[in-house]
Amino acid sequence: MENITKHPILEIPDKKNIEFKFHGKPLYGFEGMVISSALFLNKIKIFGHHVKDDSPQGLFCANGQCSQCNVIANGVPVKACMTPLTEGMMIERCNGLPELPSEDVRVEVRDINIINTDVLVIGGGPAGLSATKVLGESNIDVILVDDKSKLGGKLVLQTHKFFGSQKDVYAGTRGIEIGKILGDVVSNLKSVKIWVNSIAIAIFSDGLVGIIKDMDKYVLINPKYLLIAAGAREKMLVFPGNTLPGVYGAGAFQTLVNRDLIKAAENVFIIGGGNVGLIAGYHAIQAGINVVGLVEALSQCGGYKVHEDKLRRLGVPIYTNHTVISANGQDKLESITIGKLTDSWDIEPGSEKTFACDTLLIAVGLDPVDEFYHKAQQFNINVWIAGDAQEIAEASAAMFTGKIEALKILKEIGVPNSENLEELEDLANLMKAKPPDPVQTEVIGKEEGIFPLFHCNQEIPCNPCTSVCPQEQIKTVDDLITQLPYFIDDQDCIGCGKCVAVCPGLAITLIDYRKDKESPVVTFPLELTSEKFEVGRTVMVVSNDRNLGEFEVTRARFLKEFPKTQLVSVKLPSEIAKTAVGIKLMQSGYTEAMNLYQQPYTDDDIIVCRCERVSVGEIRKWIRNGVHDFNELKALTKTGMGACGGKTCTSLINRIFREEGITQENIIPGTKRPLFVEVPMGVFAGIKTKKGGK
Amino acid sequence: MEYDVIIIGAGSIGVPTALATAKSGLKTLVLDSLPSVAQGDNKHAIGGIRATHSLKSKIWLCQRSIEIFASWKKLYEDDIWWEQGGYCFLAFTNEHEQMLKSTVRQQKEYGLNIDYVDSDKIKELVPGINDDNLLGGTYSPEDGNSSPLLALHAFYRKSREFGAEYNFSEEVIDITTKNKKIAGVKTNKAEYKAQTIINATGAHARCIGNMINIDFPVVPESHEAGITEPVKKFFCTMVIDIKPAIDKKFGNSKNYYFYQNKEGKIIFCLTPEPNIPGIDRRETSSFLPQITKRMVNLLPRLRNIKIRRTWRGLYPMTPDGNPIIGRIDEIEGYINAVGACGQGFMLGPGLGELLSRVITEKLNSKDHEMLRELAYGRDYYKIEDLK
Repeated sequence: MENITKHPILEIPDKKNIEFKFHGKPLYGFEGMVISSALFLNKIKIFGHHVKDDSPQGLFCANGQCSQCNVIANGVPVKACMTPLTEGMMIERCNGLPELPSEDVRVEVRDINIINTDVLVIGGGPAGLSATKVLGESNIDVILVDDKSKLGGKLVLQTHKFFGSQKDVYAGTRGIEIGKILGDVVSNLKSVKIWVNSIAIAIFSDGLVGIIKDMDKYVLINPKYLLIAAGAREKMLVFPGNTLPGVYGAGAFQTLVNRDLIKAAENVFIIGGGNVGLIAGYHAIQAGINVVGLVEALSQCGGYKVHEDKLRRLGVPIYTNHTVISANGQDKLESITIGKLTDSWDIEPGSEKTFACDTLLIAVGLDPVDEFYHKAQQFNINVWIAGDAQEIAEASAAMFTGKIEALKILKEIGVPNSENLEELEDLANLMKAKPPDPVQTEVIGKEEGIFPLFHCNQEIPCNPCTSVCPQEQIKTVDDLITQLPYFIDDQDCIGCGKCVAVCPGLAITLIDYRKDKESPVVTFPLELTSEKFEVGRTVMVVSNDRNLGEFEVTRARFLKEFPKTQLVSVKLPSEIAKTAVGIKLMQSGYTEAMNLYQQPYTDDDIIVCRCERVSVGEIRKWIRNGVHDFNELKALTKTGMGACGGKTCTSLINRIFREEGITQENIIPGTKRPLFVEVPMGVFAGIKTKKGGK
Repeated sequence: MEYDVIIIGAGSIGVPTALATAKSGLKTLVLDSLPSVAQGDNKHAIGGIRATHSLKSKIWLCQRSIEIFASWKKLYEDDIWWEQGGYCFLAFTNEHEQMLKSTVRQQKEYGLNIDYVDSDKIKELVPGINDDNLLGGTYSPEDGNSSPLLALHAFYRKSREFGAEYNFSEEVIDITTKNKKIAGVKTNKAEYKAQTIINATGAHARCIGNMINIDFPVVPESHEAGITEPVKKFFCTMVIDIKPAIDKKFGNSKNYYFYQNKEGKIIFCLTPEPNIPGIDRRETSSFLPQITKRMVNLLPRLRNIKIRRTWRGLYPMTPDGNPIIGRIDEIEGYINAVGACGQGFMLGPGLGELLSRVITEKLNSKDHEMLRELAYGRDYYKIEDLK
């Protein structure tokens, strides 16, 4: 592994090298980096071994929620994904139970501050920021807390341009930029206080909310109104090897690659063909990481067709009707085995294939982070919920629901506003709608002049192309955002390329027959390299499903408004000009299957509760013994009692219940308790804790 | 359906009592309104088990409990995480030193293995303890701890092997009597006949009493507790700091106590001042600032251990801090096992056997002495020193 030194989209800042030691060996990381990223940078993926079964532990959530990345830093057990690397830090694996350092120097304890505010917004992602903007513009006192160092939530990990409507939700702009734009807007609002690096850890029955401010100061906030915009967490899957270092969520991967600029893998495999999996695949390729393949259990990917096409045209095999059978490896992931699913969801014998890979990304859906909302409701606190925490959908929808919930709070406070809530809710629902099946589009017969071609055949809410055309020649059918775009052709296209550059799906090409009808010039968007192509070099031109051949570049340019999307023009034979959609840069060879890896396994080999290492077999045994109460299951197996508090295993166990024929209404849910994340005791006592740093 | 005994409440006391009654051949039914075993306040208990009390009967009951906890794993090959690490009540004032020394004298007379030790011995038992003003404390090495969750499930399984029956999600709505004798119970689902019933309903003991028109003086109070991440074991004893603390911002507190369990997690609990009566189990914002200041002050190295979870549970308190146990004069066949004052888990196994002997009429002289001391009809003036 190495750090990413070139990226088509992301700026690579100059960062100071800092030295640290891992088990005494001097290594280097970068200033401002968390320990886990510094270890990945040095190809260290095993962070410790579990006390129960000595199983290797590594990065999993990259979000401070579990404790699988625990390491010992300067003698103190810490979460590697949340603890900044410091100069000279001594890091060791956490093997078994860590020792509590015998620092017996007396410390002065202090009282915790209680701070009043009108509104507390938990979560600085698209929903929280949009809400804070509305509230701050009405001069309402807001404290916005977010556990990351930068505002934007998951937006800051998104290198692609966003869908949705340009007017309302910055469609056509990259997620990273939207995060910055929204962040800047709210940062300038006088009545808004922004606390980054600050985690909400509990909602109490007396209406106070506990916040760890700047990662080490405990503060209680007493809000009149509470808005939960805490986003979502990734779902997991159960299969043998699912806890091996190297198996983790797509979000964790994006954090490593797009936030910390680590080339976190050589070869990744992806489970799940929703937008998260498809986008993570594209992000991997942008970072120079090979995508070996992607499995999707259904007959087609659930994500946007244009995202899928982006991967397919780069040669990523997408295995629909397939699932993962096992992740294989001794101490860390070495390969995965997949198989084809039959109609009855069994593996078709003989369909198994094994692929070498060092990283497996799980992208099988999201669960809302809504426990604060339910607690607050239980405690009769004035609470609202927006974004993915309310309902899993695109970031564009989150921006709408953030705004809507903020307007509801304004109404409750009695501040007048002129927004039409119903209209906003309709728009939000449009953004939330599941993408429909792609439609068959007609190939345009025209073979003269210059005009854009839309390789966009799925009715998703998206319209940036309609507003960039200087000739106003692009419309969607009936001007509806979910309808497909078309070229009006009343006036000449001037070939400016803006529509090609703005399209979030990279699904518009420009075709120019003016010079040579037999060999038109086709212009493609390219976001795979930051280097400008030289005229005369050859590139592989591809359709959505095959390589069309190598052709010479006739022009390459960047538009001022879209500085990261290179427009590459290539002269093509007319018979392929209309099916050509892009340029492929990747090498091939890594997508081939290797010798089949087969090892018999039982339910007892598959882990469902990662924190306490509880197997599917154990859970199933108790369910078969008549246990229907989650709390009893906790008592008997310790499942859900580990560091993460059941955040990962609860939905997996619910699934086992269903497999055992227990319907949801017959499952007694487990009691949810604070704290949301583990916090050193000294923080509550008002003292500075040693964060492995000083 | 007819039973020899119906136990109301499948918790810290009800379950080991069912084990004892079923084992002695009584046809036993346990009823609980909650969906599974030990879902009341047992799971809120922190797991400390001590015979270190000031009242003779409690010492004796808990000594028997300790024997049961300590021998369980060997006897049944079922690990309930029993750890015999002892208890330390710390003295930071002369007043507390005198009080502890005098209870130690009394406890020794009742046969308890306990000593008053100096601060050096305490420092050895609790490495890293802040010894400012530390005078010494008691050390009772035979006390210990066990997992309430695992122990109750173990007792539950064993009691069912002996034939005890359990009905969950079934609420007792009435107790039927005939000529001042127990006839059975009525639930939201069925009616059962029995000549003996045991009230083991913890914080809800009073509601059951009201069904037979007796108002037992059992008032629930809430206490909060928490648990940390596991770390390598560095101390074995339960540490009890009985020095009261003033906290103008988050509320005063009486004692607090903590220990490191078998898995290496530190479990802690605080007694607020004044008491918080009621059945509110919802977590408050004051608990963590209150207790962590005290704990980090006492044992500074704890500042680096991460707190994982907190919760709040109920202590069914009585006027003198002692449980109300045994038959009552008013109704024949009714037996109290109530008012354990947060000590149901440590009293349970010993108490269960005593109650079984009450029913089978195999009481010995020590039993009679204990039942006299803990009877409903007592004066409630002999306040427990080590609540």
